Amino acid sequence: MDEIFGIPAPLLFGQLLLGLINGAFYAMLSLGLAVIFGLLNIINFSHGAQFMMGAFVAWMLLHYLGIGYWWALILSPLLVGLTGVILERTMICRLYKLDHLYGLLLTFGISLIIEGIFRNQYGSSGMPYRIPTQLSGAWDLGFMFMPVYRGWVVVFALFTCITTWLVIEKTRLGAYLRAATENAPLVQAFGVNVPRMITLTYGAGVALAALAGVLAAPIYSVNPQMGTNLIIVVFAVVVIGGMGSILGSVLTGFGLGIVEGLTKVFYPEASATVIFIIMVIVLLARPAGLFGRA
Amino acid sequence: MQLSRRNMLAGAAATGALPLSLARAQAANTVRIGVMTDMSGMYRDNTGPTSVAAARESAAEFGASHGFRVEVIEADHQNRPDVGVNLARQWYDQGVDLIMDVPTSSVGLAVSGVAREKNKSYICVGSATADLTGAQCSPNTIHWAYDTYMLARSTGGATVRAGGDTWFFITADYAFGHALERDTSNFVRSAGGRVVGQVRTPFPGTTDFSSFLVQAQASRAKIIGLANAGADTQNCVKQAAEFGLTRRGIKLASLLLFVNDVHGLGLQTAQGLVCTESFYWDMNDKTRAWTQRMLRRIPTNYPNMIHAGCYSGALHFLKTVAAMGVPAAKASGLDLVNRMKAQPSDDDLFGKATIRADGRRIIPSYLFEVKTPAESTKPWDYYKLLQTTPAEEAFRPIGEGGCALVRS
Repeated sequence: MDEIFGIPAPLLFGQLLLGLINGAFYAMLSLGLAVIFGLLNIINFSHGAQFMMGAFVAWMLLHYLGIGYWWALILSPLLVGLTGVILERTMICRLYKLDHLYGLLLTFGISLIIEGIFRNQYGSSGMPYRIPTQLSGAWDLGFMFMPVYRGWVVVFALFTCITTWLVIEKTRLGAYLRAATENAPLVQAFGVNVPRMITLTYGAGVALAALAGVLAAPIYSVNPQMGTNLIIVVFAVVVIGGMGSILGSVLTGFGLGIVEGLTKVFYPEASATVIFIIMVIVLLARPAGLFGRA
Repeated sequence: MQLSRRNMLAGAAATGALPLSLARAQAANTVRIGVMTDMSGMYRDNTGPTSVAAARESAAEFGASHGFRVEVIEADHQNRPDVGVNLARQWYDQGVDLIMDVPTSSVGLAVSGVAREKNKSYICVGSATADLTGAQCSPNTIHWAYDTYMLARSTGGATVRAGGDTWFFITADYAFGHALERDTSNFVRSAGGRVVGQVRTPFPGTTDFSSFLVQAQASRAKIIGLANAGADTQNCVKQAAEFGLTRRGIKLASLLLFVNDVHGLGLQTAQGLVCTESFYWDMNDKTRAWTQRMLRRIPTNYPNMIHAGCYSGALHFLKTVAAMGVPAAKASGLDLVNRMKAQPSDDDLFGKATIRADGRRIIPSYLFEVKTPAESTKPWDYYKLLQTTPAEEAFRPIGEGGCALVRS
């Protein structure tokens, strides 16, 4: 059997593919964070809790109302996005003129409250959520057994990332958003309702986190801690990509997923730290991140 | 007496000091149990508030007729040894007489050291590592409900006997995972089996196990031993099903699985798994009656062997304090633990059980299989009993653990 660095080639290809799949989650989560930071200048630390809410709302829709995965893919981001809108209108909007640190502290506090509420209500053991029947099963790729659902996650995440990038970079709405970030009073003078636009942007960023949560529900344990485990890694991804750079976060998300996957083969004990080692190196060499503007 | 300013001041001082001396007298007559547990992490349902409720149930049943008050306090150690050690020092210094539960083996071992240093009592229920009664045993510690050797012997032994002779371990990279992997590997090898590989996964913080499962599959082992717990085990089981490992004849040995994990996984995913516990709520009328009492305190979480252990351990502690008298019990944790070891524990959940010199409490262990959805007829009806290991065979023989207390 062919070997690469002492590892059988089929196993290595399998790990590359799995890394890409995990990268899809990182990309989707860091995309929401980058949108919120890039356009609102808020470091949204409650992103992990909102990811968890997305998964839990999907479970609630199924458990209490019998509404399945496909509807949850639409309804859960809408509902969680709505909570984001309320949060922005009632609390976050008061912090735009203050230092970033205030936004970070507020959203960190909010995430602790949200997770605490869910923990008290539902415990920590998690809730069962099954893969939809249309996406169950697996393909035999020769070098590994590839679950259909994981393939769906990669395709859907890519589609979402590209769509979001196109909306922000290539449409009139995106142009307004970018202009409002540079000079809000001027854009407002042209008759654009900037506060409403910012509120909806935060809601959309939160909805992206919830969407990732729904995608994660069938493969990870749906529990109140599920966001905590991911959010720190995702922040590192955003920092490496360049704070606020949408394309940077997406590419870095996929790239770091692959690096992490390879670490799981060569030195599994370091798989939780490798991303932070890369972050330190990148910050030393390029403080604005790989794709950020200094 | 003349009403002078001096007399009035003395009277006021004496009146002021009265509540203080009363409080001192009350503290001297109050036995305090500190339940140190995971209130906010992945082991919360397996331990957590239900462990606290179990200790409180025990104190309530013990009653106030023994001439002393019982106070149960709680704290979250966040699964971190540094937090656990600081809490233990603070509690013991503030007059806590017994610390109990303490899940997460790295924290459990660290607290054992503090109990010894402060000459206090410690009943470890939540931690699994058999090192607590082996190389790192302490005269102030009793290990109450289960350990890694018991799990390895029961689940590991049964799996090897069923033909699973080649193993690959997915191991949580901390004291518990290492101990469970070591103990199970010993059983596999002594039964003629082989360990073909293992992977150590960072704890906490690993959510995706698919890479490790694919490595396990590539090793061509018949059995994947899950030397982890809680959400890690759940994620492994879920993802193994997703990647079709179980459909292709590879079996999972969930070396530590609680009834609460089965609830989290759902029977559709968990059916057919085998696991070992020393208690199941639906074993007999007494366990069912106790569970009903517990559900009045925590309605959403059924008790497992750790919760039952917290109840049983607290009860045995209180009975021993009543027998010794509060001043003697408070004076020396070592004397108290020796007294606890000298008499068998006896309660509705475990019956009579002896405690060995190394601190190991000896009880039977039960090998269960998770039911199919069709077999389950009521809420939390998850297990069917496959096999019982008698108390005297369930744990590591006392001479083999390397405990210094035994050699002396």
